[in-house]
Amino acid sequence: MTTSKAELVRAARPSARPQARASRMGRRRAIWATAFIVPLLVVNVCVIAGPGLMSVYYSMTDWQGFGPANFIGFANYVRMFGDADFLTALLHNLIWTAIFLVVPMGMALLGAYLLSRLRRFATLFRALYFIPYIVASVVSSTIWSSLLAGSGIGSVIGINFLGNPSTALPAVAVANVWTRWGFLAVIFFAAMQSVNPSLYEASSLDGASTMQQFFHVTLPSIRPTLMFMGLMSVIWSFLVFDWIYIMTQGGPAGSTEVLSTLLYREAFTSQEAGYASAIGVVLALISGVIVGGYQFLRARKGWDI
Amino acid sequence: MSALTASGRGVVTTDAQRTRKRKAPGAINPIYYVILIALVAFSMGPIVLSLFAALKTQSQLAADPLGLPTSPQWGNFLVAWTQANMAAGFLNSIIIVGGTVIGVSVIAGLAAYAMARLDLPFSGGFMGYLLVSSALPIQLFLVPLFFLWTKLGLYDTQIGLIIIYCATLSPFATLLLRSFMISIPRDFDDAARIDGAGELRVLFRIVLPIAWPGFLTIALITALDAYNEFLLAQTFIQSPDKMPVSIALYSFREGFSQNYVLISAAGWLMLLPMFVLFLILQRRFVDGISASGLTG
Repeated sequence: MTTSKAELVRAARPSARPQARASRMGRRRAIWATAFIVPLLVVNVCVIAGPGLMSVYYSMTDWQGFGPANFIGFANYVRMFGDADFLTALLHNLIWTAIFLVVPMGMALLGAYLLSRLRRFATLFRALYFIPYIVASVVSSTIWSSLLAGSGIGSVIGINFLGNPSTALPAVAVANVWTRWGFLAVIFFAAMQSVNPSLYEASSLDGASTMQQFFHVTLPSIRPTLMFMGLMSVIWSFLVFDWIYIMTQGGPAGSTEVLSTLLYREAFTSQEAGYASAIGVVLALISGVIVGGYQFLRARKGWDI
Repeated sequence: MSALTASGRGVVTTDAQRTRKRKAPGAINPIYYVILIALVAFSMGPIVLSLFAALKTQSQLAADPLGLPTSPQWGNFLVAWTQANMAAGFLNSIIIVGGTVIGVSVIAGLAAYAMARLDLPFSGGFMGYLLVSSALPIQLFLVPLFFLWTKLGLYDTQIGLIIIYCATLSPFATLLLRSFMISIPRDFDDAARIDGAGELRVLFRIVLPIAWPGFLTIALITALDAYNEFLLAQTFIQSPDKMPVSIALYSFREGFSQNYVLISAAGWLMLLPMFVLFLILQRRFVDGISASGLTG
């Protein structure tokens, strides 16, 4: 306590000393700060940044995962354009993206809007919609596999949705939609809560119907959230792995293969670690371009999205 | 993306909710409830059906897949528990999830403290680095990481998986904690420093006690993510005695592909802990995960 009093006195004295002291403290604080971010940087570099950069290098080699990695330039990337498996997987990702931009977003908007009109039970409904999102992918895939292929709806109708190449992709998508839509509904609901109520009052006075209010008040007001969730849906759709790997492993006959499952197979079954790395780089580039484009339009062009 | 994070979290606040609720229109169309309840049926139906399936015998399930279980077979859970090796799976999950939560809390806590309270040099650049690294897909670094971990002897070890989870889950946790810590007035620590407190004392005696709700939220999200994670666990753990419950369930499923009674029972056993936790901490779950979704 004596030292603290002494320091207070010193701090109160108008002289050069407090400044020196402040800068000394500031420097000490900066040293502490640097020390405190070291653990994060170390694990981050070992797991993410280092292997990420290695991926970029290996994507330009013929590496098998063991043995030497010979530099082959962009051959792996050129190979993609002629690889039917790659192009089919990419097509499936695009179909998946289309499904995820329409179905769960639409369901979430509908659910959230109706919730925002409720006076009671909204929190209960919100919780019930959210529950599938906390169900592990391995559990939700299990539940939906048994419903669609094993013991549920599939066996009642007599169709094995997962065993049929023409129904397998949408069938797996159902399981993933089930997981995602409630999360989106919660986000949209939260965004709708912060819409200025006077806008609704004004539009009611002007005689707008519920539908008109939804399209002319609600949607424009939550547009930033809507755009951002759309962007995330596109990225998630390109990275989807769990549901497909667990429910169909990319089959039957490659009908559900996506880039992530193809990457996994090339790396760990076909010993094509170099080519798999190239697919990984492409996936990272796709999400990078989407996020970058969005940020560019928002920050540089000032688009209100 | 920082603006998005901020706006996202703003969106979750309840002040607007309260005003809005008071001014909700009087009459509500009954069709609203029909649609809302149909959506509840879609969300909860499969979970309920899977519970029903878990309580039937195999022949009952084949004869009446969607009906109520007439004579609930509670013993199925015990059979699934032993056959799917769930006891070991839960123990391994507790180790992996616990290790990850502790690791992330320490790593992200220190980094957030440095960013929010200690005038970290190049703070803006570090923030950008965190945003980028939390947005990078696992697929980018998965393949080299696998072979690196094999070389380092970390493949097929729980500590190896914990390190990976710490790395992938820390950036977001740091950003969230930083925003918690920034809201604590800096006068508190300055006063403590003038009283002669060292940096560690300021951290443990002043910032941590105030920021603990932030730590609780990141612990919850981290635990959920680590418990539910599949791709990395499947890639990096091979031995049955080291598998977390998610991989134990997956292997069981592969082995018993036709026995949907036991598979459903095992799935329900894995679901149950998170379900209970969610019911207890619903609000924190929803807000925390919503924020995590908004940063990617």
